[in-house]
Parts: sequence; structure tokens; C-alpha cells
Amino acid sequence: MNPTHDLSIWIGALLTLCVLSFLYRDNPFYKFAEHLFVGVSAGYYIVLNFWTVIVPNLWDPLSRSFAGQGVNAARTGMFAAELGDYRGWLVIPGLLGVLLFSRFFARVSWLSRWSLAVIIGVYAGIKTTGFAQGDFVAQVQSSLVPLWTGQVASSLNALIFTVGLITSLLFFFYSREHKGALGAASRLGIFFLMVSFGAGYGYTVMSRVSLLIGRFQFLLHDWLGMR
Amino acid sequence: MTKFLETLDRRWIFLAMGLLVLLPLMFPLSLPLTVSPRVRAFEAAIARIPDGSTVLMSCDYDPAGIPEMVPMTQTALRQLFDKNCKVVVTCLWNGGPGLVDNVVRGVAAEKHKQDGVDFVNLGFKEGREAVMVLMGQGIANAFPRDYQGRESRSLPIMLHVRDYSSFPLLVNISAGYPGVKEWVQQVQGRFHLPMVAGCTAVSAPEFYPYLQSGQLLGLLGGMAGAAEYEKLRNEKGSATRGMDAQSLAHVFVAICILLGNWVQWRKRREGGS
Repeated sequence: MNPTHDLSIWIGALLTLCVLSFLYRDNPFYKFAEHLFVGVSAGYYIVLNFWTVIVPNLWDPLSRSFAGQGVNAARTGMFAAELGDYRGWLVIPGLLGVLLFSRFFARVSWLSRWSLAVIIGVYAGIKTTGFAQGDFVAQVQSSLVPLWTGQVASSLNALIFTVGLITSLLFFFYSREHKGALGAASRLGIFFLMVSFGAGYGYTVMSRVSLLIGRFQFLLHDWLGMR
Repeated sequence: MTKFLETLDRRWIFLAMGLLVLLPLMFPLSLPLTVSPRVRAFEAAIARIPDGSTVLMSCDYDPAGIPEMVPMTQTALRQLFDKNCKVVVTCLWNGGPGLVDNVVRGVAAEKHKQDGVDFVNLGFKEGREAVMVLMGQGIANAFPRDYQGRESRSLPIMLHVRDYSSFPLLVNISAGYPGVKEWVQQVQGRFHLPMVAGCTAVSAPEFYPYLQSGQLLGLLGGMAGAAEYEKLRNEKGSATRGMDAQSLAHVFVAICILLGNWVQWRKRREGGS
């Protein structure tokens, strides 16, 4: 065992132990770590967003554009924009960003709706076309599989897939009472859904255990120097 | 027995779980690990691209994803660098670029690769799906400067990079939104760029349909996926070292579920009689 001399790792390790102490019971060490985490995260992300969003995307390009320059050094002019080099026109998204803060003032809060309208409009457009191309059409297409592939194993696989797909979809068909053939099919659909929930649960456990493993590896390797 | 299990303090379960995770990390058991077809497909997809190609790698995660995401990023980078591929790295999570930069630089130093020539970290850009679409109109348009603040267009690696058509493959390692789903919807579906992905275990089941439809050529799901990939590449990284603990924890959870159901079944039967 060869504990590190790095102070930052010591702080990280002690805070990890403070958080893990909650498993025994709520206590002041956990509370301290929790409050510290919330405060530091809020401060960190405000500063991070300022330097990684506002400065490179708005402040720097606008400053350069006021001097008549932009990404493309060959072109000069405050409004000589091209794709990827928006120059003085960035005042418009900047203004829309500022308008979002009008929500803090009741009398002019309606102004924020202009910004929200742009955000919602752009993202609705991007999401809808992306979903239609990437998910809807491609998934429907790949669901149309031949039931007989020439091989018993893959044909059985295709059959199970098709039955699972249809019965799972029928489970979500609510326009008729689930009785008779529809009831039997939707009950079968539940079994397929349960298998999918089980797989999801198993993977969730794996993800959460991975986080614990990551913390223990940090404590053992980085902090205590055990290899 | 039923009474004991019913009144068992949950802290004993926490302790047992803690020990089952901690002890195999200290005293490895080297339990067998089988490489799944989806992990083989991931490795094969990278192996198929021509040596020396320029590959786009989007690492969309932050420090919370370290145990699952970093091992698969490192192994994928090693495989790409072994093929003399040039790697253009982006990050769409604002908490990630520093971490991703460390990971990329670590592997690059190991493989003696030069920044700006063999790899570049373009850093973070806000905008999520909008950035993905913008990159389709020019990578340097979306990222005018790299993580170091250098002008992207001036870098040797970027001289032959225009848009998605410059890449034979997209490698996406993602811990959530924006991530695999968005890259498939906005880039694979729209620009038909072949794609492989690594994701957290919790989101892996959501992406199996993409694998089945061929939209993803390969998929690494969580720490297990990363460990299988390491095994395939003859590496012994942190994912492989964590798999003993992972396996024991899963067996323990399965036993807890069985015992819990057994107790409930007994209670119901006793209540009925």
C-alpha cells in the first residue's frame, strides 16, 4: 500500500467516504459532502458555461466582428458573414438569449416567448426529421423480416421477433377491450415486454455497480496506491 | 427464516454488496469472460476501415461516466492508432472536454501520435442535435477552433476534412443525451455515415434495435462491453479488472430477488390459509 501525496485525491477520497457513510444512516459528514457538491457543481457549471458557451460562441466572434474580422481572415467586414462565420449577425441570437431573462420581470416576461419560440421551432424541426429518418422509417423497414430464411435457427428467431413485435404492439391498442383473441395476444405481448424490462433492469444494475466499482478503484488505486 | 429475511436490516445487504465489489478488486478471481457478437462486430467495423483513414470520434460523456466510458474510449483509440488512423474528436457534453482531452492525450502519448497531425480534440460545442446537423455542412464550420484554441482549418489533420463524407466511420462513445440515439437520427440516418457506438449499460437495451437494423455496426454496452472489447484486443484495462466484482454483484442481486419473491410468496400463502 502506497497512499498518494496528491491533496486533490485525498479530498476526493474523503468526500467519497462521506457520501458512502449515508448507507449507514444520514449524518453530518454526508450532509457536508452533499451541500458542498451542490454548491460547487452550481458554481462550476455557471463558470464552465460562460467560458465554453458564451465566450467562444458569442463574445469572441462579436468582438472580432466589431474589428471587421472573423474566422475567415480573407474576408473583412462586420456583416460579411458566411457559413460558420456569422460575425455581427450574432447580435440577433445574443439578443434572443438576453430576452430569456425577461422572465424575471413580470411586466415584460412575455418577451421571453420570442426566444422560446425560436428554440422550440428549431428543435421540433430537427427532432421530427431526425426521428422520421433515423428511427421511424429505418425501424419499420428492419421489422419486415422474412419468416423463412432457409435455416431453422434464424427462421425461429425471425418468428419470435415477429410474434413479439405484433403482440407487444397489440398490448398498446386500447380502442377495444382486451378480450378473446386480442386479450390472448396482448397477454402474450406482456411476456415479451417483461423480458425487455428484465433486460433493462439487468443493464441498470450493471451500470450502477459500475459506478461503485469506479469509486472503489479510485479509492484502492489512486488513493491507497494498491495495484 | 421468512421472519429473519422480512426483518433483515437493509444495511447488511449494503455491506454484503460492498464487500462483494471490494474484495474481487483486491483479490482478482479471473472469472471467464465471453466476447459477444456485438462487441466482435464493433472491433471488426474498425478493423475494416482502410489504414490511415481519418475517423470521427464523438466522446459524449462527463466525469460521471468514467468507469464505463473511459475504458472503451481508450481501447477504441488504441485500435484506431494501431491502424495509423487519424482521429478527430468532438464532445457534445459541456462537462466532458477536459476529461476527454486527458484520455485522448494519454493514449496518443502511448502510441507516439502528434497533436494536430494524428489527432485533434475539437472540444465542446453547445447545440446538441443542431451541432450534428451543422457538422454536416462542414466540420470546421461547427468547430472553428479546437480545444487548444487553435484555428481548426489551419491544422494538418483538418486539411482533408470537409464534412461527414470525409470519414469512413463514426465512433460514438456516449453516456446519455445527446448521444447514440441522436447521432443515429441526425447523422447515420441523414448522412448515411457508418457508425459504431459504446454506451452506458443502462441505455444499451434502447440501442439494440439500431444494431438489429444495421444502423449501428457494433455496440459496446457498459463495463461488460468494454471488458469484452479489451479481451478481444488483448488488453487488461480497468473494465476487465472490474468484471469479477460485476459478476459477483449480479449474482448477489439475483439471489436477493429470488429470496424477496420467496418471502412474498410464503407470506401470501400463509395469509391465504
